[in-house]
Amino acid sequence: MMQALNIFSSIAAHAVASEPAAGVAQAATRTITQGETWMLAIPFLPLLAFVLIALCAAFKVRSKLPAFITVGLLALSFGAALTTFIQHFMGPAAAPILHVHAFDWLHFKAGPEAAQGFVANFAFYIDSLTILWMLFVTGLATLIALYASEYMSHDVGPGYCRFFAAFSLFVFSMSCLVMADNLVLLFLGWEGVGLCSYLLIGYFYKKAPAVAAAKKAFIMNRIGDLGLLMGIFSIYTAFGTVEYAKIFEFFRSGVDATGNQIGSSTWITIIIPLLFTIGAFGKSAQVFLYTWLPDAMEGPTPVSALIHAATMVTAGVFLIARMMPLYQADPNLLILSIVAWSGAITALWSATIEMAIFDIKRVMGYSTISQLGFMFAGLGVLTPEGSAFHVFTHAFFKATLFLGVGAVMHGFGGQLDLRRLSGVGWMKGFGLVAAAVFIGSINLAGFPFTAGFFSKDMILAEAFARPEGQIAGSQAVAWILLITAGMTAYYTFRSFFRVYVGPKQFVPGDDAELVDLGRHPKGVSLDAWHKEHGHGHGHGHEHEHNDHAHRHGSYGGVGDARAHGRQDFDPSTEEFDPHPPGFAMKFAIAACAILTIAAAGLYFVSPAIGEGGGWAAGMVRQSSAVVSAEVLSGHTSGTDEGHAHGTFLGMDPHHVMYYVSAGVGFIGVLIAAFLHGPKGWQGLFLGVRQSCDVAPRADKLANAFGPLTTAARNKYYVDEIYDALITRPLWVLSHIFHLFDQYVVDGLVNLIGALPRFFGKALRPIQSGEMHGYAVGMAGGVAVLLILVVLLVG
Amino acid sequence: MNVTTLTTLAQANFPEAMSQITLAHYLVISTAMFTIGLVGFLTRRNLIIMFLCTELMFQAAGIAMIAFGRYHLDLSGQSFVVFVLTVAAAEAAMALALVVLLFRRKESLSAEEWKDLQG
Repeated sequence: MMQALNIFSSIAAHAVASEPAAGVAQAATRTITQGETWMLAIPFLPLLAFVLIALCAAFKVRSKLPAFITVGLLALSFGAALTTFIQHFMGPAAAPILHVHAFDWLHFKAGPEAAQGFVANFAFYIDSLTILWMLFVTGLATLIALYASEYMSHDVGPGYCRFFAAFSLFVFSMSCLVMADNLVLLFLGWEGVGLCSYLLIGYFYKKAPAVAAAKKAFIMNRIGDLGLLMGIFSIYTAFGTVEYAKIFEFFRSGVDATGNQIGSSTWITIIIPLLFTIGAFGKSAQVFLYTWLPDAMEGPTPVSALIHAATMVTAGVFLIARMMPLYQADPNLLILSIVAWSGAITALWSATIEMAIFDIKRVMGYSTISQLGFMFAGLGVLTPEGSAFHVFTHAFFKATLFLGVGAVMHGFGGQLDLRRLSGVGWMKGFGLVAAAVFIGSINLAGFPFTAGFFSKDMILAEAFARPEGQIAGSQAVAWILLITAGMTAYYTFRSFFRVYVGPKQFVPGDDAELVDLGRHPKGVSLDAWHKEHGHGHGHGHEHEHNDHAHRHGSYGGVGDARAHGRQDFDPSTEEFDPHPPGFAMKFAIAACAILTIAAAGLYFVSPAIGEGGGWAAGMVRQSSAVVSAEVLSGHTSGTDEGHAHGTFLGMDPHHVMYYVSAGVGFIGVLIAAFLHGPKGWQGLFLGVRQSCDVAPRADKLANAFGPLTTAARNKYYVDEIYDALITRPLWVLSHIFHLFDQYVVDGLVNLIGALPRFFGKALRPIQSGEMHGYAVGMAGGVAVLLILVVLLVG
Repeated sequence: MNVTTLTTLAQANFPEAMSQITLAHYLVISTAMFTIGLVGFLTRRNLIIMFLCTELMFQAAGIAMIAFGRYHLDLSGQSFVVFVLTVAAAEAAMALALVVLLFRRKESLSAEEWKDLQG
């Protein structure tokens, strides 16, 4: 412990001594001080919750006790994070780097000197980037645990314990990931969140799609994890350490462990960041590795809200922000260009899918991918400030939106099809939900003066402002992002106009579990209801199947339902009373919505360091994620004179982007109102929709696009393509190997086994039990031996 | 006592006719006894007869040993036989007891009765 501290203090001293005078960004933040021991409560209280709930499961607790434990201990954990923030990271003073040592973890000696060997302690490195993440991770986890205490109440018993145990373990793993002081502990957290994600996606383990989705998420994450792991190995071979403080010291000095210039090593400037980027892409569902996230929506909605929207999927953004010195080491910023392009393309790609699909929860899932694309693009165009702020605001407004979707699912028997729901906001008990969803939606759509508006704006403005040639094609990235922002506004309000306003109509979903528990108040059984309404028996995926079955219809399933006559499709409320959310759910939704509004205020807090961007930007600039002034001004790319500032159609993007993105957002909302809005003021006097299933203009437009709509609605068949290109060949190959194993390997083994059996069978008759037989054998044997002796010797 | 003395003593007490008998004679007797015993053992089914046959083979071996001992003027051959005889006596007592027990079981002395012990 003392030794470790000595190392750190010597690094700190060295860092202060070698601090370059230039570069505001680099100044004053490198001192590492020892944090207080109570800060260990942030990660370890959730772990304690996990242990206690495991005990609950062992003692077969059949009450809501696990939820209380989770909420209580997570709230304490949040309190610890908040206290840390207030004590050390508030105000104009330079943010420290706190180092808290829990225990020695991995120590391998490789030589006589202390520097030779491998050290990874269970220790935490708390800088302003860490605390920014920990605040929303623990805070939102507490609120969502509260929400889940009611949402999961149909499953009180072993399932309840399982849920909250995995939930707490997730928060512990996420804390390790974010707070680790070395890459190995980060990897532990990285795998831990992956495991919890797998466990929670597969929570409904009797439902085949949920199990498949869990497996898919786990396996696709492995691809990214391989990249991360190889990146960590490479870091160790290059620098001989995995501890951030020492790695950053190497980057500050500009030479690696063998004394070579970092900037001239392709290995360090290209390969290692590329490996880390692959890791980040896997966890954050980007480019080729995104397909697991939409399927992850099979998990319970609180899980989607916390893990697959607010926290875990931002781990990739965190990783790149944390390793920003590594990414900046390349004079050409090649990998950052790749990150920017990947983010922009992912954002646009998934936005087009969202505009076509009908499942409101999956819309949110693709929306998360799209917004993560924004964050990656932000990192790529050198604004980790904007990215981190977008992570922060997105966590709150996306959690609000997901909790809203969860309340609707909870209330309408798992119904998620936006063609089967309308006017939910006007139904009894759902007003608050609709209001919260509205707040979330205006944030996602980028309405002026909302948190989402400011954070998205920072990314857009910086993307336009990049000087030409610094990040390859940054102007194109910026335009893609701007178009995507408009599409975001459209698809967000498409859901809102369809589901929350308009005439009060709905078809309850076919959630069998609710039926079992007698939640259908009028006592109509599910089967009876289906017989009456002539629906299929898809479970949870009904709308999906309809999409396939009715692809030839005029507009998805609804067109067919209409063709069958009105009696088939009766959006009446006769048999089913919506089940409004209770106190816990309402409280959590309202709190998230209020925090979403409050987050906008953070933009107006003057940053602790640097100019513009608000509180979050100040936090990022004091951490390892800061982009150094030299890189930012483009001096590292070789030319002496600075590049010209990028523009938006000849105007300064920092000034004009507010108006542009607000305008784009408005256009998106108006299009949504025109296509999907109900008749009258609820549709801003633009819409004409009169029932929940038919939006005439949208239907016509979708038909006009024909195959494109179908393709987008089927997610561009990406899953099918992966299936054909990767899964099927692997399947065939594995069968060939199986046959080889069965007939060649097993054949050899069986042959060797068969030989003794054959001889045994041949020789067995000798053992007759006849004493004289044995005697003859013996005598004969002796005789033969004698003859041999005589022949050979004599 | 050295070998020369022993030889002198042996030759002194031996009748004249005996000196005509060579090692080969003894070995022929021994081989004949062993063969009789072996053939008897292989052909007869009566446990007692079989047992007697083994004793016969035993003694054949003993005779061969004494003959060789004498031939090489070495006393260890004879002393071995003394021990072998002692052990054979004990073994005979035990074998007869076993035969009696086996007889009580099956009321028969035939070795074939015990075929099912083949395992």
